Amino acid sequence: MGFERHEYRKQPDFGTPEVVSDTQVTLQIDGRAVSVPAGTTVMRAAALAGGSIPKLCATDNLKQFGSCRLCLVEVDGMRGTPASCTTLVAPGMNVHTQTPRLQKLRRGVMELYISDHPLDCLTCSANNDCELQDQAAAVGLRDVRYGYEGANHLGEATDTSNPYFDFDPSKCIACSRCVRACDEVQGTFALTIEGRGFESKVSAGLASDTYFSSECVSCGACVQACPTATLQEKAVKEIGKPERAVVTTCAYCGVGCTFRAEMRGEQVVRMVPWKDGKANRGHSCVKGRFAWGYAQHEERMLKPMIRSSIDQPWQEVSWEQALGHAASEITRIKAKYGANALGGITSSRCTNEETFLVQKLVRAGFGTNNVDTCARVCHSPTGYGLKTTFGTSAGTQDFDSVMDSDVILVIGANPTDGHPVFASRMKRRLRPNNGKPGAKLIVIDPRRTDLVRSPHVVADHHLPLRPGTNVAVLTAMAHVIVTEGLADEAFVRERCDWDEYQHWAEFVALERNSPEFLAPVTGVDAPTVREAARLFATGGNGAIYYGLGVTEHSQGSSTVMAIANLAMATGNIGRRGVGVNPLRGQNNVQGACDMGSFPHELSGYRHVSDPDARALFEADWGVPIDPEPGLRIPNMLDAATDGVFKAIYIQGEDILQSDPDTKHVAAGLAAMECVIVHDLFLNETANYAHIFLPGSTFLEKNGTFTNAERRIQPVRKVMEPLNGYEDWQVTQLLAQAIGLDWNYTHPREIMDEIARLTPSFSGVNYARLDADGSLQWPVNAAAPDGSPIMHIDGFVRGKGKFVVTDYVPTDERTGPRFPLLLTTGRILSQYNVGAQTRRTANVVWHEEDLLEIHPTDAENRGIKSGDWVRLASRSGETTLRATVTDRVAPGVVYTTFHHPATQANVVTTDFSDWATNCPEYKVTAVQITPSNGPSDWQEGYEALSQRSRRIAGSAMEAAE
Amino acid sequence: MSGDSTANLVRMVNQIARNVTHEADPVATVADHVAAFWSGRMRAQIATWLDQHGGEGLDPVALAALQRLQQGADAG
Repeated sequence: MGFERHEYRKQPDFGTPEVVSDTQVTLQIDGRAVSVPAGTTVMRAAALAGGSIPKLCATDNLKQFGSCRLCLVEVDGMRGTPASCTTLVAPGMNVHTQTPRLQKLRRGVMELYISDHPLDCLTCSANNDCELQDQAAAVGLRDVRYGYEGANHLGEATDTSNPYFDFDPSKCIACSRCVRACDEVQGTFALTIEGRGFESKVSAGLASDTYFSSECVSCGACVQACPTATLQEKAVKEIGKPERAVVTTCAYCGVGCTFRAEMRGEQVVRMVPWKDGKANRGHSCVKGRFAWGYAQHEERMLKPMIRSSIDQPWQEVSWEQALGHAASEITRIKAKYGANALGGITSSRCTNEETFLVQKLVRAGFGTNNVDTCARVCHSPTGYGLKTTFGTSAGTQDFDSVMDSDVILVIGANPTDGHPVFASRMKRRLRPNNGKPGAKLIVIDPRRTDLVRSPHVVADHHLPLRPGTNVAVLTAMAHVIVTEGLADEAFVRERCDWDEYQHWAEFVALERNSPEFLAPVTGVDAPTVREAARLFATGGNGAIYYGLGVTEHSQGSSTVMAIANLAMATGNIGRRGVGVNPLRGQNNVQGACDMGSFPHELSGYRHVSDPDARALFEADWGVPIDPEPGLRIPNMLDAATDGVFKAIYIQGEDILQSDPDTKHVAAGLAAMECVIVHDLFLNETANYAHIFLPGSTFLEKNGTFTNAERRIQPVRKVMEPLNGYEDWQVTQLLAQAIGLDWNYTHPREIMDEIARLTPSFSGVNYARLDADGSLQWPVNAAAPDGSPIMHIDGFVRGKGKFVVTDYVPTDERTGPRFPLLLTTGRILSQYNVGAQTRRTANVVWHEEDLLEIHPTDAENRGIKSGDWVRLASRSGETTLRATVTDRVAPGVVYTTFHHPATQANVVTTDFSDWATNCPEYKVTAVQITPSNGPSDWQEGYEALSQRSRRIAGSAMEAAE
Repeated sequence: MSGDSTANLVRMVNQIARNVTHEADPVATVADHVAAFWSGRMRAQIATWLDQHGGEGLDPVALAALQRLQQGADAG
């Protein structure tokens, strides 16, 4: 099977893309009968039949091109020697792939290629991993008659500007695979073939550009497509050819790309996207493809450490000592202050199995429901909003569904930066293809994201709303749909509660919800809102994609429900091409939520007050479960500063950097008696920790992640944990240390327990995941093969529920002191708080966080690009450098939050979503003034960080 | 046991009340929300606030919801 360890070979390449057809065509290839779907090429048919027609410019993730002339065949009754990559199968066709005539033609073609190619195969980094070499062998090339004295490209210099791969034009055969991969797969259009004939040359950007200075986004598609050593990973050059490949799942964003970890011993040589992966379909981005070097970074902590107080240096200790100390502290604090003084935070970075164990440790071991997860600060409103309206806390579609969309509405998401591999798929659908017009695009975002205008993609409507007015804009769109009679009432009558719909329709139809009335609030022209609404309601299959620009607001849950209302009112639920699709931030946000990480819910979204659900867990775990909801992260911190919350176990989350109002988080942590941080690095939160347990990377563990399409995918261990234990083992050791009788020997046993206790996972187990590659929950008796699309025949809750979402302005208001609105986001090359990506070569693309400011606002303040500015809010202030751009509207400023020195969360407020307390990161009233450099807080914090990271006896301490 | 964070709870419950004004029974919706998502300590804190400060600073719907919860707790 494809995902198991085996001797290294590349994934099979069938030459041209798969074609889906109900009609099968039977033909003869070299005397063998072959049946394939109508529309398949002769090349692919031959490959499916186990043959291999020589080829160079063809590869099965790109459209056929027909330039290399190597794949010629003879077909009875057809003149000449057609190219098999562009010739479609026909019934009764009789194909010959190897004849003396073809042999001669192919050798002639190959001879020309090789006459301008270095013959350094033995020392070439692609030796034995090169299609040119393979094809020279296949055609039986024995001699090059032309000699090497003529004009050639052998002296061309290598472009080493990209940190992860080289471009060596001396080995290029001008097959255009890289150019086509950049266009068709990635959709960036950064590469071209410059010149004609002999002068033809692959060029990134302008002639004066290098790969690094060009528009290239370093996704690796060109490297994967290259048949020679022209575009190749530097790591292959340094290490050599891999010896084995293991399929695993990326640990960056919620797209959940699957990769072949191509290994030599325990060393990763390269991560190559797995073509059979259903989330990424063989594509990747700069993070998953290349940015895994953090696993070996020198700052990674490998030994457990303890200290009596946070002003002391760390002491390295044995695992036994660290866990024993942790257990005695937990026991002491529980005895002194009660179980509710304890709590834990599960990680959206860790596996389902690890997350499940942490919440089990808290509920069954600590004896409290004080467990929460980092989804609190990103997608908790999705959980609340979609559960209320549809009945389940998840997106409705698989990623493939987008290919059937006619209108795509993107709100509060920047997929080309945040979810790049899915963005490439979306852009594929947005571009016309084979005569089919591209899907229409509506972008609702305060900032002009790349999706609004990029090569061959232009949004039909961009609604540059004022941050904090999502609900107003969506209600205005609903107003247009209802008052202009565009709602799909037949769908609503059949699927939804009609009375609730009418109540909602009456509300949105009020004049005060019209685009005209709300324009002064939202800042969006009424005609644009009207046209966007009409397009969405009448343009065919309408799909909504959204991100944290929806959830991280004081009305985050309302916005999610407004989105659900819009989808139901237009009948866009329950089939391919439509739906409500949250783009999840982290790799396992979906899974962390599914696994019962919230203080009020057991796995599978069952409230702790539900006696039947509790009874199931109580019987299995042999302990009572508290029927009262526990504390959420912000409430834990409040309780800590109140003096009643004393100990916390935090797995794989850096709340000090990622949670709002840094000073409040710091005060909460400082008030606790025992902070246990379990992480790869001494993160910012660890500045306040008493016990540090080193973590393991996704390459070092077995388990599963669940991506944004509810797809449960295996994570497979390719190397032993450098710290000694997989994270689930560390949690188990801690559980054993406090007296729990846990004896899991493999994460598969944890998954069996999850399946036993969670109805939507009842059909999930490792054997099935290995056999199927992935499964989309619910997987149960009703849906034994999983559920790519949800709510097909009806909503999970029964009738779809319309909820009136009245626009309630945030308490965070601009005024004379803080006249601008700050909103935040991500950049492609970095990931969240940057703990991983900052420890890779990705920093070359983004060395620091910059503040985007409109030219008018900049001029009023005397600010130029590159200047240091002071960014101040009611909560605090920080400094960073400005970049002046009209991507943001006047009155709006924007920054990323990838670098700890920026301390963007010193500035954000403690306002939060009304239903879930998801923080309002996306709206902060600020003032910008010129500055000379870092603020006092930044400098003081830097000193504190250095002091709190000292390790006794190490060079770090000696250097102080 | 009521600490400084009670002011936050007042703000939270008022915010919930402001966002459910169009529900059929806003008081019941706020009461259900608090019962479903607030920990026992948070509910006890706000109950103490009610005892000590009455409806001070509370939205009328939020106040009615909290009173209904308290009656339920007393009855239970």
